[in-house]
Amino acid sequence: MTGSLGRIGAMLKRHMFLFRGSWTRVFDLMYWPMLQMLLWGFMTVYLNQHSSWFANAAGVLIGSVLLWDVLVRSQFGFTFSLLEEMWSRNLANLFVSPLRPVEFGISLMVMGVVRSLIGIVPAALLAIPMFRYSVFEMGLPLVAYWLLLLGFGWAAGLLIASLLFRFGLAAESYAWALVFVLQPVSGVWYPVDTLPVWLRPLAWVLPSTHVFEGMRAVVYDGRFRWDLLASAAVLDAVYIGLGFAAFLYAFSRARVRGQLLQSSE
Amino acid sequence: MEDAIRVDGLTKRFRAEGPPAVDAISFVVPRGRIVGLLGGNGAGKTTTISMLLGILVPSAGEIRILGHDMLRHRFRALPFLNFSSPYVDLPGRLTVRENLTVFGGLYGVANLRARIDELAGELDLTAILDRKTGSLSSGQKTRAALAKALVNRPELLLLDEPTASLDPDTADRVRGHLESYAKKTHASILLASHNMGEVERLCADVLMMKGGRIVDRGAPDELIRRYGRVNMEEVFLDIARGTGSGDSEAAQ
Repeated sequence: MTGSLGRIGAMLKRHMFLFRGSWTRVFDLMYWPMLQMLLWGFMTVYLNQHSSWFANAAGVLIGSVLLWDVLVRSQFGFTFSLLEEMWSRNLANLFVSPLRPVEFGISLMVMGVVRSLIGIVPAALLAIPMFRYSVFEMGLPLVAYWLLLLGFGWAAGLLIASLLFRFGLAAESYAWALVFVLQPVSGVWYPVDTLPVWLRPLAWVLPSTHVFEGMRAVVYDGRFRWDLLASAAVLDAVYIGLGFAAFLYAFSRARVRGQLLQSSE
Repeated sequence: MEDAIRVDGLTKRFRAEGPPAVDAISFVVPRGRIVGLLGGNGAGKTTTISMLLGILVPSAGEIRILGHDMLRHRFRALPFLNFSSPYVDLPGRLTVRENLTVFGGLYGVANLRARIDELAGELDLTAILDRKTGSLSSGQKTRAALAKALVNRPELLLLDEPTASLDPDTADRVRGHLESYAKKTHASILLASHNMGEVERLCADVLMMKGGRIVDRGAPDELIRRYGRVNMEEVFLDIARGTGSGDSEAAQ
């Protein structure tokens, strides 16, 4: 492999070497999704026993937690791959090489995919024997939702990476916390109608809201909502575009400020 | 053939008020030369090297590296240069071999395995190739960083304190390796160092920086003679303390 693909491949190799040499990191990726799935799985069992409405839509909570984790792992995968470079004071080594910022961004996006797969797939598989629920039964809609949430995770990752370029490791806490701001308004656990009227417009500008509403339509009504898929895809494209613009701008400002050589606090 | 480095009026201001970190410096590093960039702490050496590498945008001035305009087309030059600096590390959780594999991939090095073995032999890294970089002694880390800096057989090498933290024996071997690398490949090296013995041994020319400016320049022998001193250490002290009697017009 040569050129751009070769450089992106080298960056992916860098993170694969990291996983290979540190199984605790791999376990760490699986730990939270697994724990969340178990928690909401048992909650589902309990609610099924006490509510006929829940019994008719068994697994919606497990589906929600798994899909929500796609978004979280995608953003974490992107952001923590960048943080690994900052923690190891390696950014300058990378950016005096022929690696272009766009290639770097793409490699972080791919790592978002890899990390989300490592995190979610084992939890989704465990849900089958544990709770007789297979998120894979959703079929093609699942693939669409997975891709849309990955995309929104990338957009959030790009935005947080911009903050890291601007403020250095002082902005590290955003990498952990920022995505959870989206959870209450994304309708992960409840329909958007549950939110106060004034908050609903904010919910509908998030692609994640369209995905979770769409998922509920599939589970409750057995209906795939193409309109929600299309609106989520358009919003994703807008946010990824804005995210990339912010990422490249923050990178160029970091070159002006001299933050690539010393990217600590 | 174009010079390895050609810098004209290079300036960096981090703040609108206050003195610039680098103040309108101009210099040339011809191909095949080893040139020393000297100066006390805060003189502007690292800022200058960062601008040459393209990771810091100058406030004014021009930089041509191997004939390429670094401000407009830095990606044309980057495959042919490399650097090492005490301000950066290789990822500590990767082995030395893994790090060299990654950077070899980034630079598109052909026959990478053979190149890594070659570097390991030359820099005495064979025994530690499969050890995690973070577990190495500082001297071993410095040699691993140098291997990374040489992995793409650079035509221009920018080195910030390349032998800091090495024991005298290893430092001597590294200097010998840099000398033979430059001779064999006709590569150019810009070397920032506080080790004046190293500068006298390696450098054909020296640029002396102070307060962001180049205050003197010349071959080490010439500077020693001009300042009436016996070695570069004394010349350095004269310039740093402003007690020297050298002809500063030579700097222009």
